Amino acid sequence: MQPSNPNTPRTGAYPDGGLAFPHRDLTGIGRLERHEILYLLDEAEQWVELNRQPQKRAGLLSGLTIINAFFENSTRTLLSFEIAGKRLGADVVNMHAATSSVKKGETLIDTAITLNAMRADAIVIRHASSGAVRLIAGKVDCPVLNAGDGQHEHPTQALLDALTIRHALHLPRGSDLCGLKVTICGDILHSRVARSNILSLTALGADVRVCAPPALLPAEIEAMGVTVFHDFDAALKGANIIMMLRLQQERMQGQFIPSPREYRHLYGLTLDRFARAEPDALVMHPGPMNRGIEIDSQVADHPTRSLITSQVESGVAIRMACLDVLTRRARGVPGWARTTGGAA
Amino acid sequence: MTPRPITIIGGRLVLAEGAPRPGAIRLVEGHIVALGDIAPEPDDEIIDAAGKLVTPGLVDLGVFAVDKPAFHFGGITRAALMPDQAPPLDHPARIRFAAQSGKPDMWVHPLAAATRGLEGREMAELALMREAGARAVATGRHWIGDSGVMLRLLSYCAMLGLMVVTHAEDEGVIGPAVATAGEMATRLGLPSAPAEAEALAVARDIALAELTGAHVHFRQVTTARALDLVRAAKARGIRVTAGVTPAHFMLSDLELADFRTFSRMSPPLRQDADRLAVVDAIADGTIDVIASGHDPRGPEDKRLPFVDAEPGMAGAETLLPLTLTLVRDGRIDLARAFDLLAGAPARLLGVDAGVLRVGAEADIAIVDPERPWVVSSEKMAASAGNTPFDRRPVQGRVTALFKGGTRID
Repeated sequence: MQPSNPNTPRTGAYPDGGLAFPHRDLTGIGRLERHEILYLLDEAEQWVELNRQPQKRAGLLSGLTIINAFFENSTRTLLSFEIAGKRLGADVVNMHAATSSVKKGETLIDTAITLNAMRADAIVIRHASSGAVRLIAGKVDCPVLNAGDGQHEHPTQALLDALTIRHALHLPRGSDLCGLKVTICGDILHSRVARSNILSLTALGADVRVCAPPALLPAEIEAMGVTVFHDFDAALKGANIIMMLRLQQERMQGQFIPSPREYRHLYGLTLDRFARAEPDALVMHPGPMNRGIEIDSQVADHPTRSLITSQVESGVAIRMACLDVLTRRARGVPGWARTTGGAA
Repeated sequence: MTPRPITIIGGRLVLAEGAPRPGAIRLVEGHIVALGDIAPEPDDEIIDAAGKLVTPGLVDLGVFAVDKPAFHFGGITRAALMPDQAPPLDHPARIRFAAQSGKPDMWVHPLAAATRGLEGREMAELALMREAGARAVATGRHWIGDSGVMLRLLSYCAMLGLMVVTHAEDEGVIGPAVATAGEMATRLGLPSAPAEAEALAVARDIALAELTGAHVHFRQVTTARALDLVRAAKARGIRVTAGVTPAHFMLSDLELADFRTFSRMSPPLRQDADRLAVVDAIADGTIDVIASGHDPRGPEDKRLPFVDAEPGMAGAETLLPLTLTLVRDGRIDLARAFDLLAGAPARLLGVDAGVLRVGAEADIAIVDPERPWVVSSEKMAASAGNTPFDRRPVQGRVTALFKGGTRID
């Protein structure tokens, strides 16, 4: 797999200083240019290296305060952001507010104003409503990172997935994903991971297929540049990468899917099915997995073809890169201090 | 005290038909007593319209709040109040109170809640509410999902001679949707439902209207398929009428970009093909009424994530200028514009207004149809500035308004 696009910027080919990433926030992949996505991926490479050393601490963000405001339950994303912030030397505070209790009391805007008044240097937000992160971004003075908003976007997941693919295929810095066939299978309708990945993978030149029953596909998804499949076997044929999505238990009790075993029958990635993709095809899953439903353990734990633990590893590096890049302006990094720009 | 008779001279009268006619109009004791080529009587107060349009005051069929400053700004002299109040207008005493709530300079025609608590299950006391002043019955913001309830409601209303104003969206199909299914909702990750949810509801209610002989008025019909059904039903002589608000002929779901909650409507904004179908339906007479759907909402309802925000817009002030865009575009003439805004809704409500005719109520607006202004959500007369038309330049403004022959300042 070689980067086939001659326009691929290589390291050193990005605009100078803050112009390489002129956004204050990271609210979605949809607002990023292709070279900005590549820039974040390239920036993450150094942190992959660091994270593999026994001494994992860098002092870049020393003295800065990062608030992880999670209005929706999360274990791995929260942990990943917390580790990323701490490895960069920042003071990381987690605010865990179940959506219900926030709804009862103060509004989201009031919460945002409160966080702002505490002079956070970056705020990481997860919220159950699409657009909630952008709403908060408009009310605070510091960079805001979207850790998942409703069914809209989960940009760091898409970035870490792209980085994982690049590493698995031994692609150098600056590489895009041209020529790669990626099949995303599962609950596309309710998935912010799917949306961000579609935006990122298509921007990087991959050929993206989505596969789900009609009830779990959003309308006019083709307009996002993907090919739609309902038949999983057909969607697997020729695929280099298979991204499985989690289907929430409550959606397979008759509402969207008659039962878990029926879902497995149609869309479960078994070893047999896995064999229908390209011989060296790789499998990914954003977690948490429903083992034995959308993915079988033999596939998920495949020693050479499962990227699921690599995804988690890339996640920390990507989040370190995002925190580093977005705080450069406030830290007065030369070339970044005076850049201005809107929300991304 | 009887107000002094008024004669408005020098205007161009917008009559039920034809181009505006230069002439005068004389208002005595709350009624139009003469119009056309007439001269003021000796003791009349004389108002010079100076070449502007003299039109009927607008009759707004379906508002959610009594918001006099906004209504008067927009030239609205009568408004049919939706039953979705707190508490709902499902009791004769509440109807009686609401009917008095705007007088004397604004007449409110309450619409009786079709069912108790607007819950769509048990019929409310419709005949008693009619006695108390209800001009029609309405299902409120929601469709009545139970077809049996709707059948019994319509047959009862047919007997009482009460029009039923319905909201047409199949609730099973829409579920938690806040947007129309399509590329925009997909990109934004918003819960959405296919536009056909409207046609499904319209089809059922047309069938029940035909079965019962009741008059069903669809407060908003916003999709090509549903408009085709209404068009066909009218051709077959079924008693159905349809309305729409300017948002659905001016805007499409592209307005949802950036999760702008001021563009959250019920029914949601549609794709552009449907918007164009609405314009065609206004032009060909399928749509009878253009209303404001006036629903002022403060930041506590709108400064929220899109899904959590309340639908609706403050529409009273922009109703007239946005409708006049259809005149400027050559899709309808001025007489038809004022029939959509005043004549037809008055006929549907059974009130003797909405038209310049001797004997009718002297609800009159003087309108400068060309006057440019810029909509500003910061500076609206309405109790809240939730308009998707913020910062849009428009033309057409009411320069004087008379309710029952008395000038409103």
